[in-house]
Amino acid sequence: MAQTQSGTAPAKSQFAQRSRATKIKDHLRNEWRLYAMLLPTIVWLIVFLYKPMYGLQIAFKDYSIFRGIANSPWIGLEHFENLLGFDWSALGTDDPFWTGGNEQFLRALRNTIYISLYSLLIGFPVPILLALMFNEVLNQSFKRTAQTIVYLPHFISSVIIAGIVITTFSPSVGIVNTVLGWFGADPIYFLTRPEWFRPIFIGTTIWQEAGFQSIVYLAAIAGVSPTLYESAVVDGASRWQMMWKITLPSILPTIIIMLIIRIGNMLEVSFEMIIVLYQPATYETADVVNTFIYRQGLQSGQYDFAAAAGLFNAVVAFVLVMSANAISKRFSRTSLW
Amino acid sequence: MANMNLYSRGDKTFVIINMVLIGIFTLSTLYPFIYITAISLSSGFAATAGTVVLTPVETTVEAYRYILGDSKFWISYGNTFIYTIGGTLVSLAFLIPGAYALSRPQLFGRRFWNLMVAFTMWFNAGLIPFFLNMRDLGLLDSYFGIIIGFAVNGFNLILLRNFFEGVPDSFEEAARMDGANDFQVLWKVYVPLAKPAIATVALFCMVARWNGFFWAMVLLQDENKIPLQVYLRHTIATLSDDPEFTATQLNASYSFETVSAAIIVCSIIPVLIIYPFIQKYFEKGILLGGVKE
Repeated sequence: MAQTQSGTAPAKSQFAQRSRATKIKDHLRNEWRLYAMLLPTIVWLIVFLYKPMYGLQIAFKDYSIFRGIANSPWIGLEHFENLLGFDWSALGTDDPFWTGGNEQFLRALRNTIYISLYSLLIGFPVPILLALMFNEVLNQSFKRTAQTIVYLPHFISSVIIAGIVITTFSPSVGIVNTVLGWFGADPIYFLTRPEWFRPIFIGTTIWQEAGFQSIVYLAAIAGVSPTLYESAVVDGASRWQMMWKITLPSILPTIIIMLIIRIGNMLEVSFEMIIVLYQPATYETADVVNTFIYRQGLQSGQYDFAAAAGLFNAVVAFVLVMSANAISKRFSRTSLW
Repeated sequence: MANMNLYSRGDKTFVIINMVLIGIFTLSTLYPFIYITAISLSSGFAATAGTVVLTPVETTVEAYRYILGDSKFWISYGNTFIYTIGGTLVSLAFLIPGAYALSRPQLFGRRFWNLMVAFTMWFNAGLIPFFLNMRDLGLLDSYFGIIIGFAVNGFNLILLRNFFEGVPDSFEEAARMDGANDFQVLWKVYVPLAKPAIATVALFCMVARWNGFFWAMVLLQDENKIPLQVYLRHTIATLSDDPEFTATQLNASYSFETVSAAIIVCSIIPVLIIYPFIQKYFEKGILLGGVKE
């Protein structure tokens, strides 16, 4: 009401302003409880998630604990240049532009990309297949039991899972080497061999998460209209055909949304598990950006340098999710926003 | 779906193959748990000789006796309970009122607040700035820091908000007629209605707290404050670092392998006890709230 009267006479607009102020006051008097309920959550977000974003500036500073975040001197892109090996001052001169960068960081970046890419390619379809398969099980008690079991590993800590993996693949105790021994093979120290790290890690995360991730797809399948199946039965479709021609296309939007989310989190490989599973002997294939940050920053105290690596990781992840979303919007009209 | 008699022979084959494949996947999920239990109940000799496959060999509870006699195990176990129960309650205290407020259309700047929440799901400052912030807040080596520092999670908040948004307005109107204010509407109408969603979120918080290990390892130095997962990691790290170590530490009745298997079993048991009670809730909760996002 106030807005409709604005812009007529100066006196009236003053009146409008005053009424707007009273409106806000009235609103707050009536609804203060809502803001009281929201306040703690917002304060929490600011203190624990937004305030650290201010601290991100140390990626561009020569950070010293004694000077604090605000008083440490700016050094521009030096940390990034050291990480990636770009020498901007060499542009236009005869000096080499790329100086090699931080070998450990580049190795970690490469490993992150490999591990995420393989996990995506191998791991993403598994929960979809599981959901499709669960949907075809007619015996309800069998289905329930199987679901209960495959959801379970999700609820168990990475440390515990890693403990189970270490025991399972151990050269002395491990069942894997026991079985290999039946065929006359010598024991393999799986977890000290770089070439075995990725298969073991990716296999473990699929084992741990695929069952639980299938719930989302099962929920989507539950939303598919039964009339589609009824008319397919009339047309004489087999169950196999119904699965591929009705169920799968019907859950495609969910699949695409999950894919975008997954790509957005791609560089956030579950490094808790890696920290417990890797060791210096397997750094070559196992060290990812987050474990690199953990060692450089939290263990060696090079906060500024490690923060730069983290920021680089976050920016790449952000670009990935934006691109995935844009591509999806273009080709399937499904998107997160 | 339809009656089994309507199915062609091809359909029946398909259904059977499908069941077999699911059976294999299920058994391969279950097996490592059976195996680790068998190891924990075997003698150190038997375990190290690699003779344990399915059932305990030279059954003994020495490994359990060993860890149950270690005071550090009990301290870390107790700490895990403190972090899980305290952390979950604090999370719910933030999430339930926050989600309710965000679901109200009359909330001023609702779009902005929601965006502020959603943004944290896609972008965060990263490990180092988060750590420095905790340090600056004086929350290193503190129970309080672990409990409050991870209380709110954007996904859980949005899941609850979606659920509250889905509650029909007539429920609220009826309560308002009786003179209820927002606190009462939330507590007497929305909370009871949202039980499956709240149970789901509570479950997610509990699981995250029970399993949380990285930040506990980074933020807590005091051995009397570490949770079970960190204690377990110390044990496993010493065990896995050096293959020789295990051989020299071998004991007839228990070895490091059987001991760490026993810790693993002990830390899974509470999860197994609670799990069946909440399974139906999280399935329902994810169906209702998660898919919409």
